[in-house]
Amino acid sequence: MPKLKVDGIDVEVPAGATVLQACEAAGKEIPRFCYHERLSIAGNCRMCLVEVKPGPPKPQASCALPAADGQEVRTDSAMTKKAREGVMEFLLINHPLDCPICDQGGECDLQDQSMAYGKGHSRYDENKRAVTEKYMGPIVKTVMTRCIQCTRCVRFAEEVAGVEEIGAIYRGENMQITTYLEHAATSELSGNVVDLCPVGALTSKPYAFEARPWELKKTPGIDVMDAVGTNVRLDSRGRQVLRSLPRINEDVNEEWASDKTRHAVDGLVRNRIDKPYVRVGGKLQSATWDEAFQAIARAAEGVTGNAIGGLAGDLAEVESVYALKTLLGAYGSSLHEARVDGALYDVSQPASWRFNPTIAGVEHAKAILLVGSNPRWEAPLVNTRIRKAIKRGAKVFAIGPQVDLTYPVEWLGEDIAALGDLPDALTQATDVIVIAGMGACTIEGGYGAARQTAAALGAGFGLLHTAAGRVGALELGFVTEGGLAAVAAAAPKLLFLLGVDETDLSAFDGAFKVYIGTHGDRGAHAADVILPGAAYTEKPGTWANLEGRVQRAERAVFPVGDGREDWTILRALSAVLGKTLPFDNLGALRAKIAGDHPTLANEGIALSGALDVAPRGGDVSGAIVYPITDFYLTNPIARSSPTMQRCSAELLHGETFAEAAE
Amino acid sequence: MADAVHIPDEAETRARWGDFAWTPENAEQARVILARYPKGREQSAVMPLLDLAQRQVGADTQTQGWLPVPVIEFVASQVGVPYMRVYEVVTFYTMYNMAPVGRFHVQVCGTTPCMLRGSDDVLAACKNKGLVKGKTTPDGLFTLTEVECLGACANAPMVQINDDNFEDLTYDSTIAILEALAEGRTPKPGPQIDRQVSAPEGGPTTLKEMVSENHDYRGAW
Repeated sequence: MPKLKVDGIDVEVPAGATVLQACEAAGKEIPRFCYHERLSIAGNCRMCLVEVKPGPPKPQASCALPAADGQEVRTDSAMTKKAREGVMEFLLINHPLDCPICDQGGECDLQDQSMAYGKGHSRYDENKRAVTEKYMGPIVKTVMTRCIQCTRCVRFAEEVAGVEEIGAIYRGENMQITTYLEHAATSELSGNVVDLCPVGALTSKPYAFEARPWELKKTPGIDVMDAVGTNVRLDSRGRQVLRSLPRINEDVNEEWASDKTRHAVDGLVRNRIDKPYVRVGGKLQSATWDEAFQAIARAAEGVTGNAIGGLAGDLAEVESVYALKTLLGAYGSSLHEARVDGALYDVSQPASWRFNPTIAGVEHAKAILLVGSNPRWEAPLVNTRIRKAIKRGAKVFAIGPQVDLTYPVEWLGEDIAALGDLPDALTQATDVIVIAGMGACTIEGGYGAARQTAAALGAGFGLLHTAAGRVGALELGFVTEGGLAAVAAAAPKLLFLLGVDETDLSAFDGAFKVYIGTHGDRGAHAADVILPGAAYTEKPGTWANLEGRVQRAERAVFPVGDGREDWTILRALSAVLGKTLPFDNLGALRAKIAGDHPTLANEGIALSGALDVAPRGGDVSGAIVYPITDFYLTNPIARSSPTMQRCSAELLHGETFAEAAE
Repeated sequence: MADAVHIPDEAETRARWGDFAWTPENAEQARVILARYPKGREQSAVMPLLDLAQRQVGADTQTQGWLPVPVIEFVASQVGVPYMRVYEVVTFYTMYNMAPVGRFHVQVCGTTPCMLRGSDDVLAACKNKGLVKGKTTPDGLFTLTEVECLGACANAPMVQINDDNFEDLTYDSTIAILEALAEGRTPKPGPQIDRQVSAPEGGPTTLKEMVSENHDYRGAW
């Protein structure tokens, strides 16, 4: 624990900390470009120079200098000021003065730091360097003349994303950042380099020239593209969410977000359902709310009990699922199901469906067994945690078809029967985590076998969900014994679909289907009545992520057209049906939820208790099929997004796109 | 970047070099190189292997060789390193050629000591023999590159042609060397004037007695 003085302030920092971290501990701001607390230290921008005694009589790069006992650091001396001004002048020598046309303008580290630490003028009047643009794929736009070669993107690609495709070629004045042979970076995390880039060299391609940061209204939200529950900041202007950026949450997403989280938002203004529709004579015709409600009331006449059912889709938030469950309850129905992907797992207690080791806890595992899960696609930010565990020496074993997970994996076979024959390296390891995916749960007995394996190994057990709304609905008890097949077997006459788009609804052909959702996608195609709902950016909602972590989002914009928040639709409909729901506003609804389901009352993880004895699984076999076939097109929002379609076509299906001539 | 070399089209190089593999002699040599490094540190062998690959390409094409993309990838897979990391190495070092060169790669040093001692004359000689910077002559014999210091400043000006240095050049001696190479003769490498390597011109100026015997200077102290 070295003790040192920063500008006369005594600080004590943990062993291994750098001088820069010591300065931050003392409350001193150190300008930097290449240093990033989640990446390795490069020390090549020199912006963090400070004066350090004892040491050579010259400024030192604080990011790469270990803090030591008795150091005296000055961040306010004449030497430090002159060093910063000098470095800034050098950085700006080759940096173009194109801030007015640069997308980074207004949120640019170089802009801010040249204002704060620069000289205000340049003595350079030679020609500036210019660098040709590089192609980095459909997400990242490059203006490489602006690059100051901090190499954050290179380090991110290598260390966090695990795709070593970005690098620095040539040297000295000619050094350039590029992807290998200018092919698109094949990472589902490539959008993060845009945030990491301290200048405008790497900017967001879909967002190019859309808005200025100071025009945007910033709303804290929760992402629904996967079950991780990435904390996002929704930047909106007028009625459109223009971008989704990660917020820092060390327990969930650190400060990363997948490309789907970032760029599916352009699907929110396309293909939207903006008014109610009623199927008349086999054709969907637009209707008023009243006409739609009357159509449902006619279908509901004389129908009671389990002749009415409900399915909660992948993106549904807790409030609307609860409202639907209450409405079904008013009819005496308990025919409701959230496991609409057909997976079957134990729903007797929260620990049986949650990701119990927690996302952050994955980092500390010594061995990880993936059963029927491709975390790179199902939860990219869990995959980055597994990568971190591997850096600390963990071994990863997997059962399922071989895919590139960006780290070395010992594949045990494609058949889940491989659970019966685990290698010694796994059975003798300590701190094991078994991660079961939906690929295992769709095999009969697969869930039980995975959990028994975890129990036999003394391992932590986590279920890797793929849908943001699933865990919240499970916590509400929105399940039926036997799962989706049991609901189909009950042949309901009236079926409510809360944004169910990933399920084959042909099993419910006999039912009158009411679809509450946002996009004209698979669910709406099958519906008899469509009610326009609100997307995740358009309602204050509660989601529980795969750990069971309750997170609340705020409304960024209002729903399009006649769209309403889903629970208010159900509340209005209930009055027409004569089963008025007992809440009139969000506060009352949330109070009811908190009363009925204490685990959903507060944000954060409500302890779920230990897992009890694993249910009988016995010998199971069956080839594993991963639930996600196309990472970029997993929900109606993403499917409506031109960016996601382009990513899918280019990165997964190998289509090539001619670049527009400029 | 205006004088950057033109890297050949990727599809063409893949068609030509896609099936690159070591010749039996080079496979043995690659094994020897890899064995120099401890297990788990094979990536350290990347530079000698790239050099070996470039020489093999050179032998194939009767030139000094270059590194087409498939060859870079072949070397990367030999040492288990991502392609990008090897590509960075290739672009960093000027000794690896990113584009085909001629049979003789004439690298003229233009850094200050050579420039002060007359590298302009050397370049003029090259130019008058039809060599153009960054280009290969139409007969495929010579590629001219101006490089930075090659570490032979005591013998400035100098050129490196393939694996040999030619030092203490003048306009005339440069012409002579280029003509000799073009005619298929082997000019004498090293200093082109009467001088033993980088010893003083006209013989030693100090420690003269040491030339003939191991002289004991202690009495002179």
